[in-house]
Parts: sequence; structure tokens; C-alpha cells
Amino acid sequence: MLRLGPDAHLRMLAHAFDGLPDEACGLLAGVPATGKVDVVYPCRNAAASARVYTVHPLDHLHADRDAESRGLEIVGVFHSHTHTDAYPSPTDVEQAPDPTWHYVIVSLRDSVPTLRSYRITDGTIDEEPVVLEGR
Amino acid sequence: MPEIRLPTVLRQHAGGQASIKAHGATLGDVLEDLVRQFPLLAGQVVTDEGTLHKFVNVYRDDEDVRYLDGLDTKVSDDDVISILPAVAGG
Repeated sequence: MLRLGPDAHLRMLAHAFDGLPDEACGLLAGVPATGKVDVVYPCRNAAASARVYTVHPLDHLHADRDAESRGLEIVGVFHSHTHTDAYPSPTDVEQAPDPTWHYVIVSLRDSVPTLRSYRITDGTIDEEPVVLEGR
Repeated sequence: MPEIRLPTVLRQHAGGQASIKAHGATLGDVLEDLVRQFPLLAGQVVTDEGTLHKFVNVYRDDEDVRYLDGLDTKVSDDDVISILPAVAGG
């Protein structure tokens, strides 16, 4: 299960819209055992593409350092799909770096954005519930 | 001794440690010493052909070593070497 505070949810959606027409991406930090995202780090898409994304390596480094200074860890990544469903593409599955991470996808295909979260282990995709929590 | 920070996905091969000290004057030497200490890390950062794995990014402090001298990048005792997974998809 992925637990998101209202800020986390809105920051991901806002970054997805900001990135248009390209895919947008960012990293999620939290305490791994809780499944809760405490901080969202919008990152640059180094691929600058509407079809693929690469989290800018320096943005990743800075997010990692900031998370560590808060006693958190990077626990996942989010990215947008501009014209397709919020479901991992074969590229997403192939390149998923860490089976313990949450893989969040924001789809902007429809007029209302959709956010879904997955675990990806050895090529297997498992969707997980996303819970929006209040302040 | 330079400090190496490992990403979560590699810590399982290093006894769960996030940070490890290793000897060496260049990045290549330091990574070799890392593998000497934790043989399960062999092939995870440096390929069998002796190049940096394309699925990781390695930094000396704030600099991506690909823009320095790669494995020949000089490191000093107070440097922090960070290894992070390359995060990409479609």
C-alpha cells in the first residue's frame, strides 16, 4: 500500500502537468516500513521526451542527500504518461531498478488525471492500493 | 579513506550497510577494494569488461564521474563516492 499526504498527491499531479508536452518524473521519500511518502522531489526529465524519462542524475543525488538529512530514504519514483494509461510500459518494467520501490504513474490521457502505484519485481507488475491521507 | 554510499538495492550485498570505507587513490581502486570486502557486489557497479555499469550513476561528491575520468577519477580520503541506480522508463 502507498500512503500519500495531500501535498504529495498534488505535487505529483502538478509536476506532471508542468512537464507537458514531455513526460515528467520525480522521486519519493519516506520511511520504507510505513509505505508513506513524506517528501516528493520533482526532478528534471533528462531524456526530455514525451515517450521516455530519465531522472536527471544530479537531481537524484540531491534528492537522496536531502532525504537522508531528514532521516528518510528514496522509496519510489513517479512519472507521467502523457497519452497512455497509468500502467507500466515494457520499458518501465525492464528498467525498474529496485523491487522495494513504489512505482507511481500519473496518466494525463483523460481530462482528469489518474494516479496509480505498482510494485515491480523481476518483471512482474503488482498494482497496490493508494491511500490519500489528510493533514 | 573515501566513503562509499550504496543505494538500497545494493545494500543486501554489503551486509545491509549504507556506507562503507574503502582504500584507493582512484575510483577504480576504491571500487575494487569494495568488491574485495563484499564479493557479492562484483559485477553490480563495474562490468566484467571493466567499465562502469550503465544502470548506475557514480558521483565523487557532487560530480558525475562520467564527466570526470570515469574509473580513473582521482579520489582523496575525504571524498564521498555515491552510487545510485539510473532511474528511467517510458
